[in-house]
Amino acid sequence: MLSLDFLDDVRRMNKRQVRLAAVFAQVPLVLLPLRGLCGPLGQLYYQVLNFGMIVSSALMIWKGLMVITGSESPIVVVLSGSMEPAFHRGDLLFLTNRVEDPIRVGEIVVFRIEGREIPIVHRVLKIHEKQNGHIKFLTKGDNNAVDDRGLYKQGQHWLEKKDVVGRARGFVPYIGIVTILMNDYPKFKYAVLFLLGLFVLVHHSFFNLRGFRFLTISEGAHAQSSSCLSSLAEYRLISSSLVVCGPAQGPASFASSTDALVINRD
Amino acid sequence: MNTLLSRANSLFAFTLSVMAALTLGCILTTAFKDRSAPVSLKVSRVLLKKVEDFTGPRKRSDLGFITFHISADLEKTFDWNVKQLFLYLSAEYSTKSNAVNQVVLWDKILLRGENPKLDLKDVKSKYFFFDDGHGLKGNRNVTLTLSWQVIPIAGILPLVTGSGRVSVPFPDSYEIATAF
Repeated sequence: MLSLDFLDDVRRMNKRQVRLAAVFAQVPLVLLPLRGLCGPLGQLYYQVLNFGMIVSSALMIWKGLMVITGSESPIVVVLSGSMEPAFHRGDLLFLTNRVEDPIRVGEIVVFRIEGREIPIVHRVLKIHEKQNGHIKFLTKGDNNAVDDRGLYKQGQHWLEKKDVVGRARGFVPYIGIVTILMNDYPKFKYAVLFLLGLFVLVHHSFFNLRGFRFLTISEGAHAQSSSCLSSLAEYRLISSSLVVCGPAQGPASFASSTDALVINRD
Repeated sequence: MNTLLSRANSLFAFTLSVMAALTLGCILTTAFKDRSAPVSLKVSRVLLKKVEDFTGPRKRSDLGFITFHISADLEKTFDWNVKQLFLYLSAEYSTKSNAVNQVVLWDKILLRGENPKLDLKDVKSKYFFFDDGHGLKGNRNVTLTLSWQVIPIAGILPLVTGSGRVSVPFPDSYEIATAF
């Protein structure tokens, strides 16, 4: 089932986009050796690196999905109620747009009308395909009484393959409600972004939990990593780099390997 | 776990992961099921006219009128992951100008909980059977099939064709009478 034809899609894809994505992926790797930097500058580097990794992974996953499915928008959210009771507002649809699958009646297609940017999810009602593969088709929403000719451009009676964004193959309910909320209530979107930013600034230390190597010296019999966080209440933060617990290392490697030091007196 | 906020946070995270696991379970257990069922189709009346296509491009095209009977038992197709079945009766044929033509004549939404046994008689087509040209006249190979799309609660959207099909031979001349 998995054919290597999708590599043709990679070649056809916007070369600039592919290069951008590749560069994005390289940047964190190139900067990785620099994480040995200590102090607040090293921290900043690490933060930037982390952020860059997350962004580039997300971008790679999205572009990868675009190539595998052949569709320019592999996941869409249903915006209107014209396909009820099958799809309601806020449902997520997974699309594919493979060239070798011909469009047939009964399929749910997501298409874009020329001049309008919002894609529409409806079902194919009628197709006429010529010998050379050129196909023209008509669509209708399940919940609509008439076909979509009223929605098409003035004078346009049929849709063609170039208008199709993809065909719906999979479906998950309700998840897209967040996108709709963010679109309909921009205040909600700004509030979410603001809270996220606030969370990152206030608790940025917790993101460093696994990145920073450190050493805890415990006087007394027990050196526990679990009590380290409770010791925070007793000891102040050392500059802005937070102290967290981790595996204790031998004294020889102490100087080069630790980024911060906590002394826990029991 | 000593503040309301951290408890609410972990509860929320747990709820989300349980729901995700359930959804994944629903999808995986029904992804490869066979959704076909036997269908019996019969055509009782066929009529052919030539009219200006008032639903779209205004050119004189063949317009067909078909009355049919449908009988199908779709009980096996419903399971725990099926929200509804979208049934449609489509006519497929080939003409001189177009290699493949498919027209949906009638459709029905069958929700979960409704009677899955269909036994409909003398059903008239819901949508106008216009051809793109004059390909219906004398066409002996117009095939009617009943297909359905399974809309799951979560998962894949398969299109299944029922096993019964019937061939409709269209007459060689146009009907002048206006009553149907």
